Amino acid sequence: MSLKVSDLRVYYRTLRGDVRALDGPAFTLADGEIMGLAGESGSGKSTLGKSLIRLDGRMKYVGGAVELDGDEVPVWDDRKMNDFRYKRISLIPQYAMSAMNPTRKIGRMTAELLESRGVRFREVREELNRRIELVGLDVDVLDRYPIELSGGMKQRVVMVLSTLLNPSLLIADEVTSALDVSTQRAVAETLVEFRDRRFVKSMIVVTHDISLVYQIADSIMVMYAGRLAEKAPARTIIEAPRHPYTKMLISALPEVGVKYAEKRLTGIPGSPPGLLDPPKGCRFRARCPLASEECEEQPPFVEVERDHYVACWKAE
Amino acid sequence: MRKYFGRKIFVYALTFFAAVTINWMIPRFMPGDPVQSRLARASLSNPEASQAMRDYYNSVFGLDMPVWQQYLNFWGSLFKGDLGVSIWLFPTPVTEVIMDAVPYSLGLLLPAILLSWVIGNKFGAYAARSKWLDNTVLPVGYVLTATPYMWLALLLAWSLGIVGGFFPSSGAYSFALRPEFSWVFVSSLLEHWFLPFLSLFLVSLGGWAIGMRNMIIYELESEYANYLQALGAPRRLIRRYAFRNAMLPQLTGLAVQLGTVVAGALLTEIVFSYPGLGFLILQAIQNQDFFLLQGVFLFIVAGVLIANFIIDIVYVLVDPRTRIQMQGGAK
Ligand SMILES: Nc1ncnc2c1ncn2[C@@H]1O[C@H](COP(=O)(O)OP(=O)(O)OP(=O)(O)O)[C@@H](O)[C@H]1O
Ligand code: SF4
Ligand SMILES: [Mg+2]
Repeated sequence: MSLKVSDLRVYYRTLRGDVRALDGPAFTLADGEIMGLAGESGSGKSTLGKSLIRLDGRMKYVGGAVELDGDEVPVWDDRKMNDFRYKRISLIPQYAMSAMNPTRKIGRMTAELLESRGVRFREVREELNRRIELVGLDVDVLDRYPIELSGGMKQRVVMVLSTLLNPSLLIADEVTSALDVSTQRAVAETLVEFRDRRFVKSMIVVTHDISLVYQIADSIMVMYAGRLAEKAPARTIIEAPRHPYTKMLISALPEVGVKYAEKRLTGIPGSPPGLLDPPKGCRFRARCPLASEECEEQPPFVEVERDHYVACWKAE
Repeated sequence: MRKYFGRKIFVYALTFFAAVTINWMIPRFMPGDPVQSRLARASLSNPEASQAMRDYYNSVFGLDMPVWQQYLNFWGSLFKGDLGVSIWLFPTPVTEVIMDAVPYSLGLLLPAILLSWVIGNKFGAYAARSKWLDNTVLPVGYVLTATPYMWLALLLAWSLGIVGGFFPSSGAYSFALRPEFSWVFVSSLLEHWFLPFLSLFLVSLGGWAIGMRNMIIYELESEYANYLQALGAPRRLIRRYAFRNAMLPQLTGLAVQLGTVVAGALLTEIVFSYPGLGFLILQAIQNQDFFLLQGVFLFIVAGVLIANFIIDIVYVLVDPRTRIQMQGGAK
């Protein structure tokens, strides 16, 4: 087991109170597992991703624990987290297009970043070149400024850069959403290749696009309003979902396949509850066709079948 | 890139040509013959010079010549650096009058602009990382930029000059002295220089500081900064990037400011009776010195055009983004 998250709570501090964007998810990630993380906009996917690598100034750690390869990850301690960042936990940001300093040549920026992390650039230079070529780029991109590259090229450079130190966990947030369909596929396949070559051990791939992530993910986890709704092997989520929310998500996709790669999670009536002062019990209650009295209590996230976890009273 | 600069140079040349032509046309085609009325006025105040002046005018405006010939002659003398003779200081050539004033304007503006830029940026950069400084620099900066220049200049002249008596508030050196390279003269020069310099320095200081602070904060919140932080890069590296990137617009801002140097500082020179180019403009208008005014304007037009050209080059040199776009390298 490479990643273990237990009851992690991270809130946003705002003037009107705490936004409970991440309210106690607990899950594990196996060695080599690529997990798709799906859910509507605002469900807390990015918050979860960020919590595992760096809390921004407005985020507040409230509770819970994270373990990576048996070591405790001190997500609440910005300074101590530096030991993990890049080397053991890395990130491909949502904004990979603008993730590089526009006024530095890519190679120079990479060298400065590596040296600042105590890695000799000379020693990884060869591996860097190999990987740049692996993703289908020419080594001379390192002598160029980010603006000289197309969006897809920048994306690939960032993928190589982020995984250069062979992290144990990679968080890829919405890495395909800004790209056209064919590039999306290529990027998704590169992620799989990186895993197969053991550049990264396990991955969390945040996405709106279930049909795309389905093609590369071993498992899919669905979030709803800051909590976990369901996690299961990818095929199970698509073919035999148990949580009413997942079922609605899946049926909102006409058919899973390449053709619908652009389909987004829309078309579910109602909207998720505000997270400033969320209702007690199951957070999906207001939109759930099966809701009943027992749903006023929060359903636990339990394993209903091997590797299949659901948080719903009616999931048996 | 060559095409870009070729086009720029063409536009600047065209602008210069138009400015010179208009400058030539105005006195000749203005109704009511301003030259004659000016001459009449000058002859009242300065009878001895009036005949020489009249001869001079006839030679320049030589109405017996065809118009195109007059126009060509005008260009010809312009290229020889001959801008005519001043009426106010007859018979000093206009070029000489201007060249006497230029050092005062430059001596005032260059240090004021450069120092306020350097110090303003320093303060701004520190303010971006220190709460305490931010809480002092920012309000002071806003007050300084919001203060109308006239008011600030008069306040300085009045408080430190007239009431406090620490510094003289008018002229470039004491009337009792003649320009020479002596300690007495130089110190008088510096004393007279201080207040106008200070007023210019203060008005632009706040703007630079606020601009720098905002740019750095913007850069520190940018996506590359976020990414670097997520990868555990030390603050030092991120600050260095942010500072460098924030400097780019400041540098262009500086270049733009320097471009205005040739025009002198009209208000400052008027408030402190400081004999730079701005002061010359005022004198030329008051004395109806048509040639001087024309000469100063031509000088300023040329200076502004050259400065702008340099700014264009700075833009390209300083920022790889513009450089690459210009080479057509961006995809
Ligand atoms: N800086 C912030 N201050 C307050 N609330 C925030 C802040 N950032 C996010 N939130 C709230 O936290 C919740 C989760 O946001 P998050 O960005 O994790 O969602 P997401 O699932 O990644 O959405 P998307 O799919 O749109 O990226 C949202 O309800 C959002 O309103
Ligand atoms: S717990 Fe109740 S409200 Fe929540 S999803 Fe299940 S049935 Fe619906
Ligand atoms: Mg997000």
